[in-house]
Amino acid sequence: MTLDLLHLMPTDLFRILPEVVLTITGVLIMLVDASLPPHVDRRNLGWLAALGTVFALLASQAQLALLQLAERTGFYGTVETSTFSIFFHVLICGIVLVTLLIALDTLPENGHHKGEFFALITFGAVGMCLLTSAVELLVVFIALEISSIATYVLAGYRKENGRGPEAAIKYFLLGSFATGFFLYGIAMVFGATGSTVISEIATRVHTGGHPGLILLALGLMLVGILFKVSAAPFHIWTPDVYEGAPSPVVALMSTAPKAAAFALLIRILYGAFPALQPIWTPLLWLVAVLSMTVGNLAALRQHNVKRMLAYSSIAHAGYLIAAFAGAGNTGITAACFYTAAYASMNVGAFAVVTLISGYEDELPLIKDFRGVLYRTPVLGGALIFFLISLIGIPFTGGFFGKFFSFTTAMGGGAVWLVLIGLLNSGLAAAYYLRLIVSIAQKPEGESPVPPVAQPIGVAVSAALMLAIAATLVLGIAPGEVLKNAAEGAYELMPHSMQMVNSLVFF
Amino acid sequence: MTPLSAYLLVAALLFAVGLAGALTRRNAVLVLIGIEMMLNAANLNLIAFWRFGAHPEQLTGFLFAIFSIAVAAAEAAVGLALVIALWRHTRSVNLDEQTRMKG
Repeated sequence: MTLDLLHLMPTDLFRILPEVVLTITGVLIMLVDASLPPHVDRRNLGWLAALGTVFALLASQAQLALLQLAERTGFYGTVETSTFSIFFHVLICGIVLVTLLIALDTLPENGHHKGEFFALITFGAVGMCLLTSAVELLVVFIALEISSIATYVLAGYRKENGRGPEAAIKYFLLGSFATGFFLYGIAMVFGATGSTVISEIATRVHTGGHPGLILLALGLMLVGILFKVSAAPFHIWTPDVYEGAPSPVVALMSTAPKAAAFALLIRILYGAFPALQPIWTPLLWLVAVLSMTVGNLAALRQHNVKRMLAYSSIAHAGYLIAAFAGAGNTGITAACFYTAAYASMNVGAFAVVTLISGYEDELPLIKDFRGVLYRTPVLGGALIFFLISLIGIPFTGGFFGKFFSFTTAMGGGAVWLVLIGLLNSGLAAAYYLRLIVSIAQKPEGESPVPPVAQPIGVAVSAALMLAIAATLVLGIAPGEVLKNAAEGAYELMPHSMQMVNSLVFF
Repeated sequence: MTPLSAYLLVAALLFAVGLAGALTRRNAVLVLIGIEMMLNAANLNLIAFWRFGAHPEQLTGFLFAIFSIAVAAAEAAVGLALVIALWRHTRSVNLDEQTRMKG
């Protein structure tokens, strides 16, 4: 299908077409939801949301046509279309699609406010997508808040269960707290440079100005973003929120908003403050080490599967941030690749956990997973596959994610960081293996039967297959994705392309 | 005319008060108020920097503050809704009592 969208609509509109499509889908869902009689099941609205997300994904791909133009930004220099933004758009739309497919089959039948659930996911996706293409701090702030507010509500979606509101209020209060820091940082950077456009900030930081204010701004903004990616020491909210939120939502919020926040982190660090790299590299070094160690040590002590995966996601944020120690755009490339690899395996893991534990988390503990491989071999096998990828064993996306992250960090001279990372990977294998052993053990006579909906639904099977395919492709043939990530990185930092070439030997 | 530093000082104080409130209060609503104060401190900074900046005709800081007020309002609406949901379960909005999840 070669539809010439470039000449069909104003260029500015084309630059935000995925967001427009998602917004229209969300509004449509809310309208239909409101006009349907109360007793009608809203499940089909989920298919509508999935359809909208597919169109948004196609629209992001079509945006490649925009790259022919000399002009990269639209709407008075606030939104940029580049390989980088398209990479993250496709990734986020993919995650949202998989999440919607999981939710379609696992949300309780005739559960109330089902329509709102799907609408909130699409609205959140609007914010996340916009965040990856925003190059002006006002748009960045608004996009961040669109995605955050939608996820706050989704986290507390299981209202009947007391844990839902508790998780949501914890997420909300700590999230807005971090937003306060982020906004204050923006005000400082505006004061120091007189601009809110990221590229202009970079030039003015480079030519000097108020170094104190700029450092303060960098610190405050980092607090805000590191909270969103749940890196230590800003990770406190993660385990409680993941435990209390419904598993399909956790599949989304542990991957898509994080991918968007990592894109923002890359934009802020390499786009706005490249001149301060000697200052933020050691800071991130520390954050990476803390995240890995704290995440893995805490995960070892967990008995609840979702809490364990929450701590593991903190550790994975650490592995990803280690890539920032790499020089120039190799670091960006490795970080982008890790985001994709982590997203595909984590979304898959939570899809299986949703099916095994049940929507209400009837079987949340590691020992409840005993014998899953014998009761439902497909699910047990799939979960073992995702856990193997999370450990980082070859032929899975997790392996290449870690491999690229650590090799770039090594290239940047951060030998100790890599050593600590490798030690941590070994440590992490312990708790993943504990769960794998539990899954593969012979079921005892009296052990509870997992409430797996038999047969497994069409939508969630499709979601699982997408996640498995993505994890496998990233683990066997990472070249294509890595090439796209490298192109995106190159567009952000045009110099030092040869270093990327040295990484792309696949 | 009041110098820029005076506005920045007031904003910093407001931020500090909000931060202290958000960290020490145990009532969810009061924590929310503390957070709102932090956001408003940032708004005050934006307005001051805009007014005293090189290009006050560009309206950058002014528009930023307006949008951030709108966002803060949306956030407060969600926050209060969540507080009500919490109240329905525990008959309390004391954050110290919200300990269903541990580990």
